[in-house]
Amino acid sequence: MRRILSILLENEPGSLSRIVGLFSQRAYNIESLSVAQTDDASLSRITITTRGDDKVLEQITKQVNKLVDVIKVADLTERAHIEREMVLVKVLAMSDKTRTEVKRVADIFRGDIVDIGKQIYTIQLTGDESKTSAFIKILGHETEIIEVVRSGTVGIARGEKALRAS
Amino acid sequence: MTTALYSGSQLLIKALAELEVDYIFGYPGGSVLDIYDAIFQQDKVEHILVRHEQAATHMADGYTRATGKTGVVLATSGPGNTNCITGIATAYMDSIPMVVLAGQVPSQLIGDDAFQETDIIGCSRPIVKHSFNCRSVVELPNVLAKAFYLAETGRPGPVVIELPKDILVPTNTAPFELNKEVKIRSYNPNVKGHSKQIKKAVNTIINAERLVVYTGGGIILADASDKLTALVERLNAPTTNTLMGLGGLSGLHPNFLGMLGMHGSVEANKAMANADVILALGARFDDRVTNKVEKFCPNATIIHVDIDPTSISKTVNAHIPIVGLVDVVIDQLMAGLDEANHQYNEQAYADWWKQINQWRSLNSFSYETDENKIKPQQVVESIYKHTEGKAYVTSDVGQHQMFAAQYYPFDKPRQWINSGGLGTMGFGFPAAMGVKVAFPDADVVCVTGDGSIQMNIQELSTCLQYNLPVKIVSLNNRSLGMVRQWQDMIYGGRHSSSYMESLPDFVKLVESYGHVGIQVNHPSELDEAMERAFAMKDRLVFVDVLVDETEHVYPMQVRFGAVDDMWLKKGEKV
Repeated sequence: MRRILSILLENEPGSLSRIVGLFSQRAYNIESLSVAQTDDASLSRITITTRGDDKVLEQITKQVNKLVDVIKVADLTERAHIEREMVLVKVLAMSDKTRTEVKRVADIFRGDIVDIGKQIYTIQLTGDESKTSAFIKILGHETEIIEVVRSGTVGIARGEKALRAS
Repeated sequence: MTTALYSGSQLLIKALAELEVDYIFGYPGGSVLDIYDAIFQQDKVEHILVRHEQAATHMADGYTRATGKTGVVLATSGPGNTNCITGIATAYMDSIPMVVLAGQVPSQLIGDDAFQETDIIGCSRPIVKHSFNCRSVVELPNVLAKAFYLAETGRPGPVVIELPKDILVPTNTAPFELNKEVKIRSYNPNVKGHSKQIKKAVNTIINAERLVVYTGGGIILADASDKLTALVERLNAPTTNTLMGLGGLSGLHPNFLGMLGMHGSVEANKAMANADVILALGARFDDRVTNKVEKFCPNATIIHVDIDPTSISKTVNAHIPIVGLVDVVIDQLMAGLDEANHQYNEQAYADWWKQINQWRSLNSFSYETDENKIKPQQVVESIYKHTEGKAYVTSDVGQHQMFAAQYYPFDKPRQWINSGGLGTMGFGFPAAMGVKVAFPDADVVCVTGDGSIQMNIQELSTCLQYNLPVKIVSLNNRSLGMVRQWQDMIYGGRHSSSYMESLPDFVKLVESYGHVGIQVNHPSELDEAMERAFAMKDRLVFVDVLVDETEHVYPMQVRFGAVDDMWLKKGEKV
């Protein structure tokens, strides 16, 4: 089962490597990882998507919580949440026909063309993982994909619930 | 008035003294020479020079296991640090508090593959509770205070502090600021068990018909032995200890069933398998206890008390998990029993005890003696006799470790010191030295074998330098006994690389280091040799006992079986 873990931790050298190391050391899987500091510069927020049954997830959550740097851990998938990923896709756009098709697909998915070259378009798109995956797949039917970069999922709980240090 | 300024090295030693550290176990080298210079110029903290950094970590570890005080290790950058890895891992697996001061090349050189540079924080990351990169002189004392606080609280463990040389040099100074009241916002280990869970546990215990109390190293670490004994006596509960928990309940106590697990007693494992309620206190259902997890005690309600939430339901599912300090939780359980008007009853579990006593009558630790060959079990019994059961016993890893655990009943906690989790050969001797540093007047014995002792034998030299007259008793079977036992039982008797050819003459070897060596060849000489060895209070004596090389450790769990599927002896199952 796919899960999204949100981790709030001290923004210190080595704290990210402890998280990543824990996952590899205990043979847990990381599907995507996204990390940056929060509004409070002393804190980092990590979003990890992983897979596992309830028992594995319970262990992962406990093990992450046990790390001294970690302040809070939440499983976003337990309740209503918003998840987003950003992708940048560079595609071949040589002919007028391809350009039109690519533009049409980008519009349908509400993506933006953010760079144009003699032979390429680069499209930016935001959405949950199923949307971004579908977009990449469909673009691939229309033209040749040169490069894909995905930010990894970030997420936040819906409603009042918040993951904060205190 | 001007504030006094100190170099990082001076701050470090000053802070160690403030934190009541008496000893540092270490080895000098380029990156830490400033610390050694600071040590030289004071007399509050004594440094003990080992012959290999691994031994420094085990020495600190042994010191800690015997005293409860956190051991401190100092090593230089590069190989000095990497030599500490095995000792750090050993402490980590057994939850032993330790602070490792790891020298590092100057900050400006980090990342350049400088001479004697390794990323010790990265190397040790999976085997520490936490680590610090110390980057400025002024923060050094408080980083140290944090390291001790983390090492000692919650589930204890080793903490590494990386010290680049540029913050240690005399030209880089700062005032001494130390705040002993450490607070870390991201770290708040539980103390008390949840009251609802305590209530559930008390009810379950009161209604049990076949209760077993199963305790581990947590009881020793928390100094909860007296409280455990009171609880066990109040309930009249059959009680077993893990290898790490021996001495938690006295080995002489009538309620003690012996150690459980792979080489535990039949009665302990049978009681576990047939229990309806298991009260696990500071134990972690390790694979050397459970045998095949799927077959482990399927009919028991399991109450699991542990300070570390990750230990709960990691291998065996706990029905009533309680996270808290084990001594505090025992208090809570006792209070819960009071509240429920539970009274001591001499007849409690009468039928259950009757059944257990039948298993006891199998006498699963009995062994056959031989007129001409010394049995390893006899040696341990002889040590017991000549130390009146009062010695600190350390061990290495293998058959001798199991024999020591089986045949030396430990009356007190902290008396038995071994590497249970990691299983580190070479641990026993330096650990014994650490105990001797703490308790110079006590009998300290390292029970070892001809394989293990050679993994840190260079420390004979340290013992001479610091006058550490430990006793070393080697159950010398001219082979790697436990490896060979498995080869006999599982690998068709093919003794691949388990035969120790070219053993040294241990007597001459220890004599060359300035100590006393005694070799024993015949059962009739054993007692006299032990008596002589233990009579030499101020000499290190190495007793090299040539034991029967064919002896196996029994009883032994049948592979992939239930907890109580056991070989009683060769070819005979229970």
